[in-house]
Amino acid sequence: MLTLRAVTKRYPTGDLALNDIHLSLPRGQVMALIGPSGAGKSTLIRCVNRLVEPSGGSIHLEDTELTGLSSGRLRQARRAMAMIFQEYALVDRLTVMENVLSGRLGYVGFWRSFLRRYPKTDVIEAFRLLERVGLGHALDKRADALSGGQRQRVGIARALLQDPRLLLVDEPTASLDPKTSRQIMRLIRELCAERDLAAIINIHDVNLARQFADRIVGLRGGEIVFDGKPGELNAEILTTIYGEEDWGNEEGEEEDADSAVQVTPAPALAMGGGR
Amino acid sequence: MPVSTNEQGEPIWRLRTSRAQWLGYLAWLAGISLFLLCWKLISDNTMWVFVEDAGRQGSDLISRMLPPQWSYAHRLWQPMWDTLNIATLGTLLGIAMAFPVAFLAARNTSPHPLVRSAALVVIVSSRSINSLIWAMLLVTILGPGVLAGIIAIALRSIGFVGKLLYEAIEEIHPTPVEAINATGASRMQVMSYAVLPQVMPAFAGISVYRWDINIRESTVLGLVGAGGIGLQLNAAINSLAWNQVSVIFLMIFVTVLASEWVSARVRRAII
Repeated sequence: MLTLRAVTKRYPTGDLALNDIHLSLPRGQVMALIGPSGAGKSTLIRCVNRLVEPSGGSIHLEDTELTGLSSGRLRQARRAMAMIFQEYALVDRLTVMENVLSGRLGYVGFWRSFLRRYPKTDVIEAFRLLERVGLGHALDKRADALSGGQRQRVGIARALLQDPRLLLVDEPTASLDPKTSRQIMRLIRELCAERDLAAIINIHDVNLARQFADRIVGLRGGEIVFDGKPGELNAEILTTIYGEEDWGNEEGEEEDADSAVQVTPAPALAMGGGR
Repeated sequence: MPVSTNEQGEPIWRLRTSRAQWLGYLAWLAGISLFLLCWKLISDNTMWVFVEDAGRQGSDLISRMLPPQWSYAHRLWQPMWDTLNIATLGTLLGIAMAFPVAFLAARNTSPHPLVRSAALVVIVSSRSINSLIWAMLLVTILGPGVLAGIIAIALRSIGFVGKLLYEAIEEIHPTPVEAINATGASRMQVMSYAVLPQVMPAFAGISVYRWDINIRESTVLGLVGAGGIGLQLNAAINSLAWNQVSVIFLMIFVTVLASEWVSARVRRAII
């Protein structure tokens, strides 16, 4: 459903952030994008919804060619691709409900949104989504009164209210603790399955990527150096992506992490998963 | 390099090199010489005969001001009320005009660099002219009265509120703006959802602060005929009725004090 052909991005400073990227994402696939800082992960997903303008190549979302759209058409196309951010990117002084409803801004007119008179179906769907992400009790709170994990759930609800076909997720767990990170990744994973959404998830944590993605793409210096199943990721490939490091320990840690999770009291985990 | 080594081979660190140190001393010497030179110039141009009896003149003035002619106060309520109205309406009008100008002047919300330059010109020209001078110009155009005062205050406020507000707009967090853009929102929707909530506290604070300043400025507008208590002040001074002047001073003092109190309360309530 999403196809990138020969996508290139050169910043005005002369840095080549993406070099000839070819990538194709089928419907419903959750793809993790890993790579060192500065590899171009953020640039890549921002090129898709054109928060960053690609300097070359073409990007197709289903039948729409995105790189040449006028700003009005681009607004329409953006409704189909929702974004989830590293620092949540909520508007702090607005309430949780207003933040979630802002996901509908691409559909409603200015005065309706300014006066907060959203169509009834949108509001009902917002209630349902807040319930689904486990924040039904907090809808009248201001966004800055929430914890990190809760804020990311609001970010997810806002993204889903857009009724997208594609999720662009930029480091969703980078500011969260390990347990909340897993809960958030599990939630994104479940929601993608429920709604048959494709997703590109930028992520630093290789273990989370292995655990929650269908496919892993490794980016280094603006080029794709690995594209395969999570199981194919081994020490040798991690070295190609990130450079020389004693990756054996990394896998040992993963086992530790897994056993640590089993030690965690089951009810707490079940609750986290159910949210 | 301020780092060197002594005979024992241990490193020595100084904040400045000796060259920078000497340049510093030289700068001080030049500064002090300039100050003394200016002092000499001013002193040569002062008629010390007049300064010598300043103490006597001052005490004479104060003795004529005391006791204040309290019966005069009842004629001041109306002009005082005018003064408050000039300040408040002028501030409201100024804010209403400054608000769009600030959005056009901020680098991150301006639609085009040319529009931005135009908005900056509006802000600078409003700021560079004192409200008393605006009032003088407007009295010639509109004739004397409260209306000239209100517009003078409004024109002066555009620059102040516009400048502080556009600086606040430039300092907002960019990520919520990105997020709202990513939903497919229009330009105006991005302003109202991502920018406006972030600058609201600053906007309210700036407006109250400007109102506070305008109360003080509107007390003198009457000196050039633009309405308010300044008219009475001018008349009293011209007729050498110093015991009335002292009543006016006291009244202005109390009003300014009250406005400071109100604006402090409002600002605390917002933040």
